[in-house]
Amino acid sequence: MKTELDIPAVAVFLFFFALVTVMGFVASKWRRPKTLASLDEWGLVGRQFGTWITWFLVGGDFYTAYTVIAVPALVYSVGAYGFFALPYTILVYPIVFMVMPRLWQVAKDNGHVTAADVVHGRYGSRMLEAAVAITGVVATMPYIALQLIGMATAVKALGFEGELPLIAAFVVLALYTYSSGLRAPALIAFVKDIMIYIAVIAAISVIPGKLGGYANVFNAADEAFKAKGSGSILLQPSQYVAYATLALGSALAAFMYPHTLTGIFASKSATTIRKNAVLLPAYTLMLGLLALLGYMGHAAKLKLASNNDVVPALFQTLFPSWFAGFAFAAIAIGALVPAAVMSIGAANLFTRNFWKAYVNPQVDTAGEAAVAKIASLVVKVGALLVIIYLPTQFALDLQLLGGLWILQTLPALIFGLFTRWFTAPALLAGWVVGLFGGTYLAWTDGLKPLHLLSIGSFQATVYVGLIALVVNIAVAMLVNLVVPKPVATAEAVST
Amino acid sequence: MGRHFLWLLLIPFVGLLWVPFYNFHDPVLFGFPFFYWYQLAWVPATAFLTWLAYRTYPNED
Repeated sequence: MKTELDIPAVAVFLFFFALVTVMGFVASKWRRPKTLASLDEWGLVGRQFGTWITWFLVGGDFYTAYTVIAVPALVYSVGAYGFFALPYTILVYPIVFMVMPRLWQVAKDNGHVTAADVVHGRYGSRMLEAAVAITGVVATMPYIALQLIGMATAVKALGFEGELPLIAAFVVLALYTYSSGLRAPALIAFVKDIMIYIAVIAAISVIPGKLGGYANVFNAADEAFKAKGSGSILLQPSQYVAYATLALGSALAAFMYPHTLTGIFASKSATTIRKNAVLLPAYTLMLGLLALLGYMGHAAKLKLASNNDVVPALFQTLFPSWFAGFAFAAIAIGALVPAAVMSIGAANLFTRNFWKAYVNPQVDTAGEAAVAKIASLVVKVGALLVIIYLPTQFALDLQLLGGLWILQTLPALIFGLFTRWFTAPALLAGWVVGLFGGTYLAWTDGLKPLHLLSIGSFQATVYVGLIALVVNIAVAMLVNLVVPKPVATAEAVST
Repeated sequence: MGRHFLWLLLIPFVGLLWVPFYNFHDPVLFGFPFFYWYQLAWVPATAFLTWLAYRTYPNED
């Protein structure tokens, strides 16, 4: 890839970056409430987002910059297996449709801002609340760091060296998130999503024409994998279970994260969420086509230092430099939206489930907002330090484990919406066994997401997160059967 | 209430998680091997099934 500064590309990039920076600060005046000094306003914009704002926000927040870089990179390197992102992001919406309207209703009725609030409200257990809150924060931190990796890839492709541009971008992001809260990413998401759509539609309609059509793209990838001796454009039978369990496990985990839940909680009605479950798959279609950029990398015979360079390199090689600059800006801005929402989600957890729970139970709504604003800064600085001082692999490994960890909060958060059968001690026991057992499995496998299960003569490679979830649920049911039920707590019966 | 429409939402899980069902090269459509266009086709199909379920709920907006 080119490393010298590309002036038209840099100019276009800087223009869009400046645009969203201004939008980020102006956002505090958007849908202006009487005061921004409450967590409901700073962190959830008063729960008033209708169908379209939610569509842009959740789309901008869930399909992150890292996705845009990493999915094609994985497809470039291993082929069909990397495509599991498609069934994953299809199946996530039926799950959202069935579960999230109920969760939204409970949160709305009781003024809950975080998943851990919901759990505390349902079970009255500080321990279970803390488990869910800590898991949320810890799983989110490496996710923010990954957004920085996505942004760094785009910035590097422009020809910038060093970490200064990254630090500058992040400081700006931290400042407008501090002042505008969720309004900033929600407003910027409009720009980000439209830019990403333009870049992807241009790529999938123009690039194959230059490379001899889609049939040729698939053939070139097939030949490249055969020459390399690894990867394939179809799955090996030994990968079937891995592919399916990764898709299902990821789909179950996706809306357990604080940033995706923040988008849900900020919606104005259950109908908004259901409608979005119908409309959000538009992004999935885009992601599926974007994944094919990995194969186009083979057809274009790119020489790459890193798999992550496949998308930037394609734009640089096959488009005029001003459009490459546009695409890189789309990716970099694509990192800002999720990074902002993630830090807000983590800050909400810190404020409600640590500060209010243990430090200052009497904190008022303005005090909550003040604490959350500081927390959002700390979270972002933490992610920045991780990226600058620790090896990239560290963030990738943590992100992998983060998916496993966040999935273990599903029983505590979701089961209570449908049944009163489970008790807090049982769910806590399931969480402990699932989280630590799953981490141990992944650790002993050399931090791989897949584990070889042998039951008798049956052998299959299964996503570790899903194994841990099954064990988690089994333990919760067992404890529930063995330990006698306490009398139901107050709020548990109110909904 | 017509909530039996919710069962429709299980169909995509069957269609996408049973991988041997679609791990083929042929038939090719617009240059896409079956494996790829089959899964891409599930995007609008799932959205349609979800829309059918959506219609059974009252609009609260």
